[in-house]
Amino acid sequence: MTETLLRVRNLTVRFPMPRTRLLGPRPWLTAVNGVDLEIEAGRAVGLVGESGCGKSTLARAILALVAPQAGTIEWRGRPVRHDDATGLRRMRRELQVVFQDPVGSLDPRMSVGESVTEALEALEGAQAVAASRARVGSMLAEVGLDPALHARYPHELSGGQCQRAAIARALVGRPKLLVCDEAVSALDVSVQAQIVNLLADLRRRHGLALLFISHNLAVVRHLCDEVAVLYRGRVVERASAAAIFAGPRHPYTRALLAAVPDPEPAAHARACIPELRAAAAAESVAVAGCAYGPRCPLAASDCLVEAPGLEDDGGGHLTACHYARVRPTAN
Amino acid sequence: MADGALFEVRDLCVQFATPRGRVNAVREASLEVRRGECLAVVGESGSGKSQLFLGCLGLLAAGGVVQGSARFDGQELLGPDSTPRRAALGTRVAMVFQDPMNALTPHLTIGRQLAEVVLDRGLLDAAAARARSLAVLESVGMPEPEARLRQYPHELSGGQRQRAAIAMALMTHPDLLVADEPTTALDVTVQAQVIEVLRGARDRGLAVVLITHDMGVVAGIADRVAVMYAGRIVETALARELFDSPAHPYTAALLASVPRLDTPLAGRLVGIEGQPPAPGAEPDGCAFAPRCASVLDVCHRSRPSLESREARSVACHAARLEAGAGR
Repeated sequence: MTETLLRVRNLTVRFPMPRTRLLGPRPWLTAVNGVDLEIEAGRAVGLVGESGCGKSTLARAILALVAPQAGTIEWRGRPVRHDDATGLRRMRRELQVVFQDPVGSLDPRMSVGESVTEALEALEGAQAVAASRARVGSMLAEVGLDPALHARYPHELSGGQCQRAAIARALVGRPKLLVCDEAVSALDVSVQAQIVNLLADLRRRHGLALLFISHNLAVVRHLCDEVAVLYRGRVVERASAAAIFAGPRHPYTRALLAAVPDPEPAAHARACIPELRAAAAAESVAVAGCAYGPRCPLAASDCLVEAPGLEDDGGGHLTACHYARVRPTAN
Repeated sequence: MADGALFEVRDLCVQFATPRGRVNAVREASLEVRRGECLAVVGESGSGKSQLFLGCLGLLAAGGVVQGSARFDGQELLGPDSTPRRAALGTRVAMVFQDPMNALTPHLTIGRQLAEVVLDRGLLDAAAARARSLAVLESVGMPEPEARLRQYPHELSGGQRQRAAIAMALMTHPDLLVADEPTTALDVTVQAQVIEVLRGARDRGLAVVLITHDMGVVAGIADRVAVMYAGRIVETALARELFDSPAHPYTAALLASVPRLDTPLAGRLVGIEGQPPAPGAEPDGCAFAPRCASVLDVCHRSRPSLESREARSVACHAARLEAGAGR
């Protein structure tokens, strides 16, 4: 049986906003709203959605970088508590992260070799330094960084090379789960393909689990086993990657997939975005019912009154929509 | 070929003076844009695609030097007299940049910024400027344009800001719009809307240059494509032909490395091994040779020139051999 590494239950993260009136109530922004998520050992879970949907906040909460207002996070069966420094330290050895900006996530005054060594020392203590040189070298080799580059500084390397170094830094402590927050978004396509292939290789070789956050659905399709679609802080659809890409059910998932431009001129002959036309206006309106209701082409009166729950169809395909089944897999 | 070209660039070179000597950002680039067409200029970061147009329009960063010729509607923009360039820039040639927040002034309303474009040039009076602002906002599909005029940039979403920036560029009814990565900072859903807006402008007769690295965006709007690698144009072709049968190995590799939603999952993505050459170094042969799958001996020794046949030009020894054999 595979171990469930991460179990997130009903997670809610809110941020205080500036008061609009001097003595008025403080408004709150709910970035993540009652999210459930599990990641099993060795699985790659993709988290997709538009900017501002809460993808990164969810990742930061999982990494214990922001404190949730409600809900629980369990790492390998133990609850993650922000006041438990030893527990957090233990978790961070097994849970690492790679961010979007490869140059910004490395210390500009350290060579990439030093950056990776520093990470290993922080995780395993200074006594491990003796053995670390070989391990750092082999880790850098594994991510495809030529030994000649180990003494180079981030500004001397390309974006793709820096991202390889950042991945080496994250993986040198042999974590079980790697969170990739838009880790390939800033890279050119040819380099992006190299990094996606590298992540796929590392996953296979080390049984590494991934939480892969991206707005690039095509990359998610190539890399992930499962996909969770986030809209305004809520998971609106969750299923295996194969199921989501073959038959998206939630109208938002369908619109998101339809908006991905096809690198094929003929495909654009058909108008590809009718579902998104009415989108822009209703951006900031708070809604009682389904958050997607104001943009949704299927919305009926009850959608604006009652928010749909995330329901399993019995086969592990979860959708939060009153009408997803009325028009299942229209394409 | 040059007949009917609205904008024509010949042998353009852009150099930057750096502490380590001169660096060539663009080398001997030639292209033309006709009225009512969209030319996409694609390439990876550092390929010189943005510098090419910044150079033509006199917008290079400090230390940048441009050589060659750029003619707009028959007038040389890069001559010793800067009057034609100044007259064209911002009026008949407009630009849109990647980050819409930086393109808009944060402390002025959208209405004020739009009107300013025509008021400062003395093109329209205040009432006509307001009417044009509304019309232009409508033409870029801005929801509730009346209300937007009174709003500040921070009150708009990212997609709305980019629409406002495009609207600002369209205020003078320009003939040429140069859009530099206009959708890169946006979500796919918003990107689809911005592509629609640009397509609408093109269909109304505007010449559009779209500088991008995203092949999906190119397929959505471009009529012709110029592919740049290491400062040079390596292939130009009609968009349909380029996607159907890329002639340059770099173009083919670039197309193959785009992950797609509509193809069967084949396991690995096809990347391009290695790195583009460093900006300062120019190899004797083809700059793509070290990464090229169809490399020949000659590629390392001599640089292939850009050779045209019908609507397509390619700079590649291997492609020329193949074309010769096919005849």
